[in-house]
This record gives sequence, structure tokens and C-alpha cells, in this order.
Amino acid sequence: AALKDGLRSQVSAALKEGRVTPTELCQRCLALIKSTRFLNAYITVAEETALKQAEESEERYKRGQPLGILDGIPIAVKDNFNTAGIETTCASNMLKGYISPYNATVVQKLLDHGAVLLGKTNLDEFAMGSGSTDGVFGPVRNPWSYSKQYKEKSVPKSLSEDEESDWVITGGSSGGSAAAVSSFTCFAALGSDTGGSTRNPAAHCGVVGLKPTYGLISRHGLIPLVNSMDVPGILTRCVDDAAVLLGSLAGHDPKDSTTIQDDFTPFELPNLTDVSKLSIGIPKEYDAPGLSSEILALWSKAADLFKNAGAKVVEVSLPHTRYSIVCYHVLCTAEVASNMARFDGLEYGHRSDVKDSTESMYAATRREGFNDVVRGRILSGNYFLLKQNYEKYFVKAQKVRRLIANDFVKVFRSGVDVLLTPTTLSDAAPYTEFIQEDNRTRSAQDDILTQAANMAGLPAINVPTALSERGLPVGLQFIGRSFQEKQLLTVAKWFEKQVQFPVIQLEEVKRHDSGVFQHQKSASFS
Amino acid sequence: QRLSVDVLDHLEHLALVDFRDSEGVERLQKAIQFADQLQEVNTDGVEPMDSVLEDRWCLYLREDDVTEGNCTKELLENAREKVEEYFVAPPGNIPLPKLEERETFLQGS
Repeated sequence: AALKDGLRSQVSAALKEGRVTPTELCQRCLALIKSTRFLNAYITVAEETALKQAEESEERYKRGQPLGILDGIPIAVKDNFNTAGIETTCASNMLKGYISPYNATVVQKLLDHGAVLLGKTNLDEFAMGSGSTDGVFGPVRNPWSYSKQYKEKSVPKSLSEDEESDWVITGGSSGGSAAAVSSFTCFAALGSDTGGSTRNPAAHCGVVGLKPTYGLISRHGLIPLVNSMDVPGILTRCVDDAAVLLGSLAGHDPKDSTTIQDDFTPFELPNLTDVSKLSIGIPKEYDAPGLSSEILALWSKAADLFKNAGAKVVEVSLPHTRYSIVCYHVLCTAEVASNMARFDGLEYGHRSDVKDSTESMYAATRREGFNDVVRGRILSGNYFLLKQNYEKYFVKAQKVRRLIANDFVKVFRSGVDVLLTPTTLSDAAPYTEFIQEDNRTRSAQDDILTQAANMAGLPAINVPTALSERGLPVGLQFIGRSFQEKQLLTVAKWFEKQVQFPVIQLEEVKRHDSGVFQHQKSASFS
Repeated sequence: QRLSVDVLDHLEHLALVDFRDSEGVERLQKAIQFADQLQEVNTDGVEPMDSVLEDRWCLYLREDDVTEGNCTKELLENAREKVEEYFVAPPGNIPLPKLEERETFLQGS
């Protein structure tokens, strides 16, 4: 089986028929991880345990008793999910050396389905950011930086300039996961999505990024950022694969009381041929300031695609869109201030040597453990939660949240099935350009198109659409009704088939191992 | 309107993180300015929204049955300072030193 193949359609058959073994798949992925180390997508590679899992899977296939489509499939997990026996760092000094004593529910589910856990992927520290540039292990590089498609379009540089300086970011905060899937080092990866953290890097890395409905997939074991908005995200190379992953992950978890109690039935996606009964909504406010003319044109072309195929395409309005990023900013920092309070050095994680008092030890631990971005959000959040500010900021934001959620309710009630919007304002920026603005500014700019779906708890998916003039991926976003993932993914799959997004042509990169990349280590505990 | 040193000091106490430098304070100023845009929205008669699942689900209580536990060893494993089955903390009930006495950027503001 080629690493490019779809899980349900090709890989599963290949494994069942013995044309490829789980061990071979695992070894190939591990080798690719080694040769693409310069991408810095992985923080920890669990080579020994992965090979052991692959062997066990192989035994099951030999007995003719595979656990399902995911049996033997190499998967990567964002490093903010707890993984038993494997370090979980959230790309922060605060959790360096922290070995999780348990598996997050989604990780356990993957393992129960026989998936092979290759390792933990890189992210912005504590998932705060939209570039995957602000973690303690350094930034993640977008694999497309090394693609034939990008290099062909690059302005030739003078010989003296460092060839490495024009690499582009992955987007974030699940950049490591997106890069891992995009560079074929795994078949699927888990990310998280609070304001767009799965869809944003999916768009920049040319992969499918699904944000499920809030309450569908368990957050137990996902180190929380914003309890009322966080969801585990799914990153794959095609929409069908996302449906396979969703099928194994969704459903009520008694350990997460915010998961709905309704039964969830995994589904296969139909091959939609007739879109005449579909109504696609185009929210006019998503033509946001800063949207590149290229993406605007692509969005318009996509709308026409649906129209010409017989679907009803209507312009709709989500009037509070321009306030959603402000609202998010207040609610997010407030919840972060609360969630980060657990990091005090006592039970786990980094602990300062200061001994004078509990409070001074806490303060020093947090001073040493958190980066600027995290500290900034904690302080802002605490400000908004001060007694004198509570009504004016926090409660006000909660009211605006309702208005934003109601905007969507009204639009879906009017007969629209699915919304079509851009995912990002532009294609991936070069790293040197991206870091010129601070994290908060960047997040405020980049989250604009994605985070309203988190405010309203709706499912949304990025589908890679086309290459930009610079040869980089551009994706479009579909937003669906609550818990209607099947409809959302069916439409996304139809669209994916129409656009035929090109496969990345990764060039062979020769580079010497510089000291920067030495932190990617193999986990040898089990 | 600039934030007073009192408020900044209060925040450092509450959050137990420090501003570190003038950039840290600037960051907060900008964050507040950004958040002030919320005042433009008319929210008369609108109830605050705690959860998007408010219609679908009532926070339920489960039966008080012990289903897991006995994991003292695992829980203590990640702690740096422990004695027998206790996490060890420095003495409590000692407030953080006042502004003038602690090491903070805000001193001398």
C-alpha cells in the first residue's frame, strides 16, 4: 500500500490481504520521521512501543481477527493529550519530563482499535497560538516549504543567502500534527481545536482538518485550554479517513460529563452525485478585512461549483461575526486563567527550588515554567475576572456568545444545510515574516474565520482546495449543523472529489543535523 | 486609561505569574483595549451563555459508586517532593511579599 492511499478503500484491504504488514507500515513511517526531522513535527517518537503495537496488530491479522479498519494504522497525537508512559509536554517547560499516568479517552480508543501510536507532535505552548512557532521545542516547518510546487514558484535567491530561511509556517496550534500527516509520516493525527487550531494548520498544510461538534468527542485527558470550547480535532489526508477516525472516537464518555448521552453510530460516507437538494450558505461577513484576493476568488469559484452542479447557493448573514474574535479573546483568557491555576509544581510538572512559602514557590514555578504568551493570557484573564470587571467583560462576552450562536441558529433554520467559507486569510507566511507580530495579534488575525464555530460549538471542516500563486495549499471551510457530521462530511467529500487537490511532491532534502533538532528523542519507556 | 500599579500588583498576586517587563504590561493594556470593543454590542435582554449544550443536556450526577482508584503510586510518581504518601509543600499561610519587597518588574514603577 502506498502511504498516499485512503484507509477504508485501500490500506485496510492491503493489510487484510497481507500485501503489506503493520510492521512494514510502522517501519516506513518511523524511517520517514527520521528523514524529515528538520520539520520538527514530533516532540517524542515512541519507536519501541509503536513497533510492539505493530507486531501485536500483525498477529491479529495473521489470525484473521483485525480489530477494524484502524488496526495497524500508524497515528500521531498532539502533545497536549495524555499518553500513558509517554512524556506529555504541551511544548512547555512546565511539563517537561511529565510522564502521563493515563491515556486520554481518545488515545485509549485509538489503541483499542489497534492503531499504532508513533509519537507526540509539536504545537504552540499549551496550544496557544496560530503558528506552531511558540513552543519550547522550536517551530514546526511546513512540509510544503520543501515541495517542488513551492520551490518552482520561489524567487531564486542569491547563492549567499541561507536556503533554509524562506520556509513557511504550518499554522497552529496543531502544526506538528498537520505537518506529520502532510509529510506522510502517519495516516492520521489528533489535534485539538479551540479557536481553529486544527483547521488552520490543516489549511496551510493541505490536509483535511475536522473540528467535531462540541460534546461529540470526549475531552478526558486533553489538557484543557477553554473547557467550553475545546474539542479533539482530526487530521487526515482525505475526508473518508476523517470519517473513519470519527467513527472510532465519537460517543458518550462517562469520564467527560460534557459529552452528550445520545448513541453515536459510525457511518460510511455516501458518494454524493446529486447536490440539487443541498442549500449552501455563503456568509457575507466572512469576506473579512485582510482576506487575500486569491482566496476570495477561490471561495467564489467554489460557490459557483456548487451552483453549476445544481445546488442552491445563497448569501446569508451572521451579523455578529466581527465581534466573535473579541468575545473569544475574553472568554478564552478567562478560562485559561482558571485552567492554568493547576500548574503549581506540587503534584506534577516543573517545580521551582524556592522554599520560603507555598505562594512564592508557586509564583517562581510559574515564572520559570510558562512562556510570555501563556503568562499574558493568564494575566488578561484574571483582569477580566476581577470583581469590578466581571460584568463588563466576562458576563458581557457570554451574552455576545449567545448572539453569535443565535446567528448560526437563524441561518440554519432558514433552510441552509452547510456554510461555505474560507479557512484562513491567506496562504502560509514565511516564518521570518510571521514572527514580526506578537502571538496575540497573530491569533486575533488568523482565528477570525475559524473561531465562531467554536463559540457556537458547531462542526467544521477544512478541505484542501487548490494551490496559491506561491505554490502553497489553500483550503476552504464547511460549517455544519450541530451533530450533523454525516451531512457535513458528505458535502466535504463531494467537494474534495471536484477539486482534486494535488499531492505534495516532497523533494529529497540533504541537510546536516544541526544542534537545533537534537531534542526530538525516542521514548524508551513503555 | 493606564492601569495603576496597584491593579497590576493585585493581578500578580492573584495570578501568581509576573509581568516580567514593560512589554508584559503593554500586552495587557492592548488586550483590554481590544476587549473594550464588546461594549459596542447591544446585549439588552440577552442571557449569558455558559455552554452551547444548554438545551441538550443537564449536568447529571452519577451514582456514588467507586469505580476506580488505588492509584497512589501513579499519582505520586510525577511529584518532585514527597514524603510517604504526602505531597510536600513549603509553609503556607505566608502571603507573597509586598511589592517593595519582592522581585518584580513593577517595583519602582
